[in-house]
Amino acid sequence: MSSLNSLSLSAIPAQDEAIRGQVRAFLKQAMRQVPAHIRAKSWSGYDSNFSRELGRKGWLGVTMPKEYGGAGLSAYTRYVMVEEFLNFGAPVGSHWIADRQSAPLILKYGSEAQKQFYIPPICRGESFFCIGMSEPNAGSDLASVKTRAVRNDKGWLLNGQKIWTTNAHHCHYQIALVRTSGSVQDRQKGLSQVIVDLKLPGVTIRPIVDLSGDSHFCEVFYDNVQLGENALIGEEGKGWEQVTAELAFERSGPERLYSSIVLFDEWLAFIRTPQGRTSESVRLAGRIVAQLAALRGMSIAVTGKLSEGESPVVQAALVKDLGTWVEQFIPAAIADDLYARESQDFPLELLYTLRYITQVAPSYSLRGGTRDILRGMIARGLGLR
Amino acid sequence: MDDLFTDALRKLLADQCTPQLIRDIESGQPAAPLWQALESSGFADALLTQALGGAGLQLCEVFPLMELCGTYVLPVPMAETMLARALLTDAGLTPPQGSITFAWHAQQVDGSLVCMHVSNGRVADWVLLDQGDTSLLLPVASARLQPAVFALDASLTWNARDVASAQRLVGPHDLRTLMACICAALMSGTLMAVFNRTLQFANERSQFGRPIGKFQAIQHQLSVMSEHTFAARMAAQIGCHCQHRQPDRLRVAVAKARTSEAALEVASLSHSIHGAIGFTHEFDLQLFTRRLHAWRLTAGSESYWHTVLGEELVDHREGLALDLVRATSDMTYLEN
Repeated sequence: MSSLNSLSLSAIPAQDEAIRGQVRAFLKQAMRQVPAHIRAKSWSGYDSNFSRELGRKGWLGVTMPKEYGGAGLSAYTRYVMVEEFLNFGAPVGSHWIADRQSAPLILKYGSEAQKQFYIPPICRGESFFCIGMSEPNAGSDLASVKTRAVRNDKGWLLNGQKIWTTNAHHCHYQIALVRTSGSVQDRQKGLSQVIVDLKLPGVTIRPIVDLSGDSHFCEVFYDNVQLGENALIGEEGKGWEQVTAELAFERSGPERLYSSIVLFDEWLAFIRTPQGRTSESVRLAGRIVAQLAALRGMSIAVTGKLSEGESPVVQAALVKDLGTWVEQFIPAAIADDLYARESQDFPLELLYTLRYITQVAPSYSLRGGTRDILRGMIARGLGLR
Repeated sequence: MDDLFTDALRKLLADQCTPQLIRDIESGQPAAPLWQALESSGFADALLTQALGGAGLQLCEVFPLMELCGTYVLPVPMAETMLARALLTDAGLTPPQGSITFAWHAQQVDGSLVCMHVSNGRVADWVLLDQGDTSLLLPVASARLQPAVFALDASLTWNARDVASAQRLVGPHDLRTLMACICAALMSGTLMAVFNRTLQFANERSQFGRPIGKFQAIQHQLSVMSEHTFAARMAAQIGCHCQHRQPDRLRVAVAKARTSEAALEVASLSHSIHGAIGFTHEFDLQLFTRRLHAWRLTAGSESYWHTVLGEELVDHREGLALDLVRATSDMTYLEN
């Protein structure tokens, strides 16, 4: 209870807010010809050239220290930048995981050599990461992972399989949660995180086509993949604690508010026209803004806690569960608003965007922890478990 | 200092504002003794300058105090009086003895002034009535009182003589927005109280051989309650965040709309978890959930304020929705 009480209205410092203008000017130019239904892909849209361009501008890994190629800026600066990227529907998918959680994880738990090796290319937009958590029989029950790394004279020998790995087919590295000791019955004990170079022999990546026709997530197979001694990230056997801390970064950021925002803006452009405006649509627009404003306040408060070095796991779960509700409400409510009308003469691009978001919306409440897992975590935070 | 104030008020309200007293006042007993106890504590002067015997606090600083009034479902307009006294002293007027509530809609009927459904109209001593360019300070004692839907509210009628002799506060003050801001802060406290009570009940009430809080279905309902409670609390803080003491209408729209939405969800879930006992007069839950429903409707329900936000976004702005979301959730935005 007391940990939840501490979510108070927090300010984005003025020096962090200052970057917004430059980022917006760049995005206005860069995104001006991209249609809304493509921009709607948000952080599922990939463009490695775009990522390198951001790297050249110094806009990736901004929270990393300068000695590792970062900008040494705060989590709030990143918040402001990411908020702009998402609202413009910039294709940030290539570098997304590396920038959001892999680089911070390596900075926090990595050896000096690992930091020197991995972080600078992430900041340049040249090195892309994916996450290896889920397995065919370890989804929500993540502690039952079976993929195993066994110590040998050359380092670690990796065998097993991951699934639902976002963007694996476009990535250079994966940070995988694997068993390094004990058995499945040992649950959270005996788990470690290893960095897997996805070009190594024995790694096979198979994209999975999703219901919208995209293939953004993959199966990853490991058949006697020989990892070096330095593949272990952090401490052996501490994988569960590390993953839990990582998930706090994954659950509370702006991407848990704005997954449907390109659709919202596209619909807004329509209801701002004389033929599009109805009193019902005006009220609905206000309803969505009120939800987003409160959530943004919560999300910024959690960012404040993260930047103070805390791990606000439960608060992050609150933000994500509520955030995905709004994100899924937006396409459902907009569809109803449009098709409640007598005339159905709508801009085609709006309808394409609506179709895309309606199709991908189910992914919002499964990626980063399903709704029920999050509610279970909150219940634990409330002392009910 | 903040904690000193809130701790003192919490203790005072815990002592004075008991569930039995709330029942008594709601069923028609006079509110004056409770008001006297609060008056002598000085909290109603918190926003006045130190020269006038206040604590010189700003609206955002008294958020925790207003929230506490909601936590204890105080049946007198203490938060309203704090703000009303500040408005009066800012204009060089001397606030009268007693509590003050707000009203913003009146009709002239045969020379009389009629205010329908005034929040706390039955228990307040004064009404500050927003008439656009001026506000009138009207004594409840001289009004003809008719019951309103909620027991603490009333419809009030003043004759022409009372209106003519009323003190006038010059300048537009948008008291409806101010009231919505206060209501959001009050609801934030009540929502938290309902959530805490329900959590405690789930840990104590045993069925099928274990506390019902051990069942996953109940745990998930409590998780959802906590989400709405904390989102509403954030929204209420947003509403109170202003530089002086006139809150920003768009931020208040976020605050009142979001707390009102949460009021419905949280009241409904709390009753669902409590079962039949929560539906009784004797059990205290009803004091909180009935008040949530009353405050949800005071100064505009969620849809009223959704329309305010929607009109701003659709009719008065261009470009990204983000910019309105920022304008209504940033703390730094005001200082720019």
